[in-house]
Amino acid sequence: MEQERLGDEMPKDGKGRKREERKTQRAKSQNIAASLKKTAASFARVFPVLIGVMLLISLILVLVPSSLYAKVFSGNEIFDPLIGAAIGSIAAGNPITSYIVGGELIDQGVSLLAVTAFIAAWVTVGVLQLPAEATILGNRFAMIRNGAAFLSAVLVAILTSVTLGLIWP
Amino acid sequence: MTIRTPSAKHFLILLAALYIGVAAADFDLFLRAVSVFASLLSSVLPILALVLVIMSLLNLAIQPGMAKRMLGEGSGLKGWTFALVGGVLSSGPIYVWYPLIADLREGGMRASLVAAFLYARAIKVPMIPLLIYYFGWNFTLIFTLYLLIFSVLNGLIVERLTESGDG
Repeated sequence: MEQERLGDEMPKDGKGRKREERKTQRAKSQNIAASLKKTAASFARVFPVLIGVMLLISLILVLVPSSLYAKVFSGNEIFDPLIGAAIGSIAAGNPITSYIVGGELIDQGVSLLAVTAFIAAWVTVGVLQLPAEATILGNRFAMIRNGAAFLSAVLVAILTSVTLGLIWP
Repeated sequence: MTIRTPSAKHFLILLAALYIGVAAADFDLFLRAVSVFASLLSSVLPILALVLVIMSLLNLAIQPGMAKRMLGEGSGLKGWTFALVGGVLSSGPIYVWYPLIADLREGGMRASLVAAFLYARAIKVPMIPLLIYYFGWNFTLIFTLYLLIFSVLNGLIVERLTESGDG
């Protein structure tokens, strides 16, 4: 009798467990599908802006060769860091390029102060990326962030030069 | 491809007009720009794919309210650490990370942490040997230290200024 009862219950438990597993599996699949759908929706909204930024950067890279950078520095200790940060803000491309151009600029007699501002602004400020940043993260945020990053590039350059002068005169 | 925001649509129309103008004025320049665009796109695509995977995983793993707890108002030192380490470790161009940041921002990420993340991207660990080669180790050390400090300062300033406008 007991054995019969157990025999009856065993398959029921097994079925119940399988049903639970199937339910969990379905919920997992639904979660993955929902997550992929959300990611795809976010990307579809942003992708045209990214393409636009890349088109703009490509055009600027072709129009402005990096050999032009050295010509805009005046040798003035006050204006050169500002010019460096301004060029770094407009320039686009891999940060490696900024180091190579920076090294060339130092060889051509441009001050370390100006070159530091240039390489700091290269990565932190994005004038060409501003339309994308404003569209995706908001106008006000993009303007304030880029403005603060520009001033920071100049300050980082001044502080780096001063600290280097103090520690390793 | 859906273009929902009018500014994105206008931006693309403006660029298309610019490219048509360049093609009409100097076809060789146009071809060079298209070639640069193609190589830029091919270099960015793997990073975009990585961002897409990270976004999907975060959407899957992060429960509603979790992003806010980890990167929101009360996140404290943990939030700053996530933002700074994330910024330093993130590779590729800045704009590739906008979709992920927009997602996290919607989930409650603080403006200060977004700004700190974007500023900390100036520190590129794989490129430190190159920075040392061109500018010396003492410059690299001081410069990197200041970049890290200014990542936090930028975050605080940006949050203060964006919030003062909202209030």
